[in-house]
Amino acid sequence: MDTVTILLSSFVLSITGLFVFIWSLRKRLFDATSAAAYVIFSSGEVGRGEEPAANATQRAGMQKEAAGQGHPQLTVAEEATLQGELALRVEADQSSAFPTFVFLSCAIVWLIVGSLAGLTSSIKLHQPDWLTEQAWLTFGRLRSIHLNAVAYGWAPMASLGIATWLLPRLLKTPLIGGRFAVLGAMIWNAGLIAGLGCIGAGINDGMEWLEIPWQVGILLVVGGALVGLPLVYTLQARKVEHLYVSIWYMGAALFWFPILYFIGKLPMTHFGVEQATMNWWYGHNVLGLFYTPMALASVYYFLPKIIGRPVQSYNLSLLGFWTLAFFYGQVGGHHLIGGPVPGWLITLAIVQSIMMIVPVLSFSINQHLTMRGYFSLLKYSPTLRFIVLGGMMYTLSSLQGSVEALRSINTITHFTHFTVAHAHLGMYGFFTMVMFGSIYFVMPRVMSWEWPYPSLIAAHFWLVVAGFAIYFIGLSIGGWLQGMAMLDPNQPFMNSVAVTIPYLKARSIGGALMTLGHLTFAGHFIAMVLRNGPARTGAALLHVNGRNAAIATAAGA
Amino acid sequence: MHDEFKLLSGAMVTLALATSALVIVPFMQLNPVQPPAGLKPYTSAQLRGREVYIKNGCIYCHSQQPRDKSQAPDDQRGWGRAPVAADYYYDKPHLLGTMRTGPDLFNIGARQPSADWHLGHLFQPRAYTPGSIMPSYPFLFEVKDAAEPGDRVLTLPPGYTPGGKVVVARQEVLDLVTYLQGMDHTYPVLPEAKK
Repeated sequence: MDTVTILLSSFVLSITGLFVFIWSLRKRLFDATSAAAYVIFSSGEVGRGEEPAANATQRAGMQKEAAGQGHPQLTVAEEATLQGELALRVEADQSSAFPTFVFLSCAIVWLIVGSLAGLTSSIKLHQPDWLTEQAWLTFGRLRSIHLNAVAYGWAPMASLGIATWLLPRLLKTPLIGGRFAVLGAMIWNAGLIAGLGCIGAGINDGMEWLEIPWQVGILLVVGGALVGLPLVYTLQARKVEHLYVSIWYMGAALFWFPILYFIGKLPMTHFGVEQATMNWWYGHNVLGLFYTPMALASVYYFLPKIIGRPVQSYNLSLLGFWTLAFFYGQVGGHHLIGGPVPGWLITLAIVQSIMMIVPVLSFSINQHLTMRGYFSLLKYSPTLRFIVLGGMMYTLSSLQGSVEALRSINTITHFTHFTVAHAHLGMYGFFTMVMFGSIYFVMPRVMSWEWPYPSLIAAHFWLVVAGFAIYFIGLSIGGWLQGMAMLDPNQPFMNSVAVTIPYLKARSIGGALMTLGHLTFAGHFIAMVLRNGPARTGAALLHVNGRNAAIATAAGA
Repeated sequence: MHDEFKLLSGAMVTLALATSALVIVPFMQLNPVQPPAGLKPYTSAQLRGREVYIKNGCIYCHSQQPRDKSQAPDDQRGWGRAPVAADYYYDKPHLLGTMRTGPDLFNIGARQPSADWHLGHLFQPRAYTPGSIMPSYPFLFEVKDAAEPGDRVLTLPPGYTPGGKVVVARQEVLDLVTYLQGMDHTYPVLPEAKK
């Protein structure tokens, strides 16, 4: 087979496909205003932020800032329509409350499990004789427990919980088939517990990201498919004309993931080097075609929602979606640069990695333009802080990823801790931050109860930001030095190990702060669920009308 | 339903493109590859050892894919020539690895053939390589008062044997060492046509 032809045709196909899709969407793409961007607002709601995680003072501050942006006052009749639609939204929120609660509670448990396993693994890298008596605690197993608890526990549970909650709001209809989602979550978690047990016991399929034995993986596929059912049912019952961009991202991701996992886990099919290319096709796509779109869907909903202003360029957001879909899928080969894989595959991966700049920039520019004039709201809204920071980390991590795929840079960073730092910039700096923000927004609506201790939200934020800064900066420097030492033939290999030690210790300190932040978060979550803490303004849902009236008064004043 | 159709078809088309590029075409291209004459299939002991390697996650710190001379000085570290797809003919699952917290192991058997060294190093890496951050694997060994017939007793550097006792290798670690000793890809291969 002529490989140049394969290479060229794949690239040309991607580009052509992209243009076809842009062309098919042209009507909406070049409209001056896009009705679809307003789908997430009720009539007359633009100009009113929603932020259930904020306390009364913060809310008043937000309202003052937003009022400065000059939003129209509503007539009494318009106000009544709005209140009517908001009541319907409350109903939609209630329909998704239980499944969302199940998902998010599981997510918190896996976050703690993942953090503890990660922190222990990190310490083991500079204290190699610590906790070595038990086989399941050895670095190679515990590290995989960390990865799988985070990648198949925290990340999907959090993002599926948020997706389940967003569906009725985006489609303006109650969630249909929520019990399938709950059943799916139970099967999924059973599979994950079994899978982690297998890894601890030393039974695994031997591939990064695909460690869980395929026999157990069946549970994840079945569970995942069940979780997808409410999406299908609710879509069929939708009452909105346009699909909002978040639905594009979530819908595609929910279809992509089961296919990725199924092909990745096909037993007795893959072999040798082909298995390696499949491994990184999977490993990168689970990030790019599942976690990334799920988090972007959240950003595209919560950010405009909180500031009460539609996304600046709806069309840019759709362009971002289709370019992500076309380019991201083929970048996985950059994990094998310098490896025994066909050369064309590497070239293709590098080219598409660079093309990823397009979706990333279209997202970043959009986020910045939407936030322009509203940055002061970051002072008041806990959700916004996490989400805006997460969005910025998305830009950073993706651009860093594109650069890392270049042969010259990859030669240094490949095989080093630099890649680990990069992976955490994406999965933590971006994905996890966005999920934290989303959970802060969603939980008061799910529980009909406000976050009891606002100071804990601030503590959580600063702990994870400080911890992650130490983690990322430290490990990136350490990884770079490691790579440089490894490329210098005059230095013994052990130099590349020795040079990383201080940075590995820094990573443990950063990781400890992050874990502390997560424990704070989990404690706060539990306090909320148990309805602990000082009674403040009372249950968010029950008081929704009263509060909106208060906001309206504040805005009028 | 117009939007749903576009969403689903678009999502499937893009994924199909990615899957053919990274899974299907490599499958077709690499399926006819035959093993090099110098490469022997794994023995059953080596396969058991390979399982121990997988079980304990050696792959997360050790790669099995030296880079070409033109890219990195891997050959000067004794890690060997750049591999070709045929070298992995018998590898299921593949263990290429993506980290070098420790050195590449593609030719560890040729570089370090001594079973004594491997056993002792797995028991306590720092007894052989000061500053190593490789975990010790005491659970792969037994510490006994006296060796029994048939026991493989470790000869450790002075000061590393627990006082008055002997360290005996379990079957698992013996298999692992057999696998590591067999990691020898120094036979010649035809360089792959530049593609």
